[in-house]
Amino acid sequence: MTQLRLVIVDDELPARDRLRELLEDCRKELPHVIVGEAANGVEGLQTVTSAQADVVFVDIHMPEMSGIEFARHLQVLERPPAVIFVTAHDQYAIKAFELNAVDYLTKPVRQARLLAALKKAAIGVRFARGVLESIDYNPRRHFSVAERGRVVLVPVSDVIYLRAELKYVTLRTRAGEHLVEESLSQVEQEFGGMFVRIHRNCLVARRLIRGFERGDETEGDAGWSVILEGIEERLPVSRRQWAQVKSYAK
Amino acid sequence: MRAKTQSIRQNDLPNALPDFRNLGVMSRILVLANALAVVFALARSRQFAEFAGNFTQIAGQLEPVLLIVVVVLYAASPHLRRLTYRYGLLAVMTTVLAATAVLFPFQSGIGGNDGWHAFAFSIGFAVLATALLTWYFYLRNRAFSPAISEARLQALQARIRPHFLFNSINAVLSLIRRDPKRAETALEDLAELFRTVMADNRELVTLSDELALCRQYLNLEQLRLGERLAVEWQIEPGVEQALVPPMLLQPLVENAVYHGIEPGIAPGVIEVRIVSRDERLRLHLSNPYHEEHQHRQGNRMALANIRERLLLHFDLEASLDTRVVGSRYEIVIVMPYRKPA
Repeated sequence: MTQLRLVIVDDELPARDRLRELLEDCRKELPHVIVGEAANGVEGLQTVTSAQADVVFVDIHMPEMSGIEFARHLQVLERPPAVIFVTAHDQYAIKAFELNAVDYLTKPVRQARLLAALKKAAIGVRFARGVLESIDYNPRRHFSVAERGRVVLVPVSDVIYLRAELKYVTLRTRAGEHLVEESLSQVEQEFGGMFVRIHRNCLVARRLIRGFERGDETEGDAGWSVILEGIEERLPVSRRQWAQVKSYAK
Repeated sequence: MRAKTQSIRQNDLPNALPDFRNLGVMSRILVLANALAVVFALARSRQFAEFAGNFTQIAGQLEPVLLIVVVVLYAASPHLRRLTYRYGLLAVMTTVLAATAVLFPFQSGIGGNDGWHAFAFSIGFAVLATALLTWYFYLRNRAFSPAISEARLQALQARIRPHFLFNSINAVLSLIRRDPKRAETALEDLAELFRTVMADNRELVTLSDELALCRQYLNLEQLRLGERLAVEWQIEPGVEQALVPPMLLQPLVENAVYHGIEPGIAPGVIEVRIVSRDERLRLHLSNPYHEEHQHRQGNRMALANIRERLLLHFDLEASLDTRVVGSRYEIVIVMPYRKPA
């Protein structure tokens, strides 16, 4: 039997040490090897992909990136590892996990529970699509995209606009473009007012709107396009959105 | 049996005069007496236009009396305290009537030229105002009587976050195999912390006790947060003897860790500064500010809790303010500097 490859992500060193100890105690029953550890989500994503982990233990309450956001980013991978959440006391998250049949462990972790969760992960139980999005009660700090087997993070604050094209959504930053799998209406909802819809297929960062200009009549239905800070490109505003969007000008 | 009933009764309604040296008591007297003047002025006015004139007249007569009474009561406060409630009230009433009578000849009467009518009005007003204020302080005393305010204090007892408890136990578990000695110390700290939290926290304690509690708490946090947590203490020598409400600082330090240290990857500093100035104790606590972490409910609840306990112990003499200065969140508590008897 091949060994399960495990990664532990927790911001507290004693918590990682403790989990390591408990895992060692389980090794006889379920062969595994701990291939990496990380103290935060951003490092954790790197560790998981470079160590090709099968299962990740992640603490929910971490600085900068919550455990749930971390797990959401992993889902962009072609074969994401199984995720087992660990939490000391997060009633909201625990309730959401229960409702959605997501596996989790509470700290202090008990060995029997750990073993059960590990066995379940080993047979390849994965999240249902959309479950993590529905559980996450905070907006993400990053968008993510898989590039050559790695997770590339794009800080939400860097995003200038998101535009839906045939199959993907193009995410534009000052530095360049990424193709991401997102739904515009979900992004609109998640970030509550941070991104505003200017067209059926386009959301722009509200704080970057610098003004509007009358564009080529054939382009936008209303003939107006939006000027955004950081890019030369002008994006057309649809007739339908214009009434609302024009009030965002600074 | 009888003795027991009595002791409960004694605790139940403490009939005592208010502390005339307390700012809150003073301002209540001034506000309520003037409110009564407003009522009288309204009652005397047939039209609203007359109100201003009537009020000025009554107030003109009331303020000097009020001023003298307040000053006399302030000065006599220690002596009044030694009297029984009944004699104390008599003394206060005598002061009020004497002040009214003595000042009367120097004031233009209300109610026309009839001197006796005007005098009767002044005396009547004084008696009514004193009676109402006595009644008000009696009700207030009852609402804040030790039996009731103790119950409230108990309900308000600060609680430790479960998040902290479970994480700490987990951290101790991680030590047991590799460093049993440290695990022992940590468990002792934890036990000590909970002993205090679960104790009868109604009496004031010395600041040094409260600081010791904070240090035990921080030792435990240090265990799991390591170098991410740094604390700078600046305690003015001597103030450790001051009396403070128990669990005054610990919940604030806990908040500072939860909102200021945990959300950051980089190490952060918590500053605790305590100084005394003009018979007041000034406690100053600050931590790194993480904007996106502030919507959490816990912080406001702890602050409201401490505010209410300060109010119960010190009335308006204590204050708690919070502000964000640059990248730091600050809490300032100012309270009377009480020393153990």
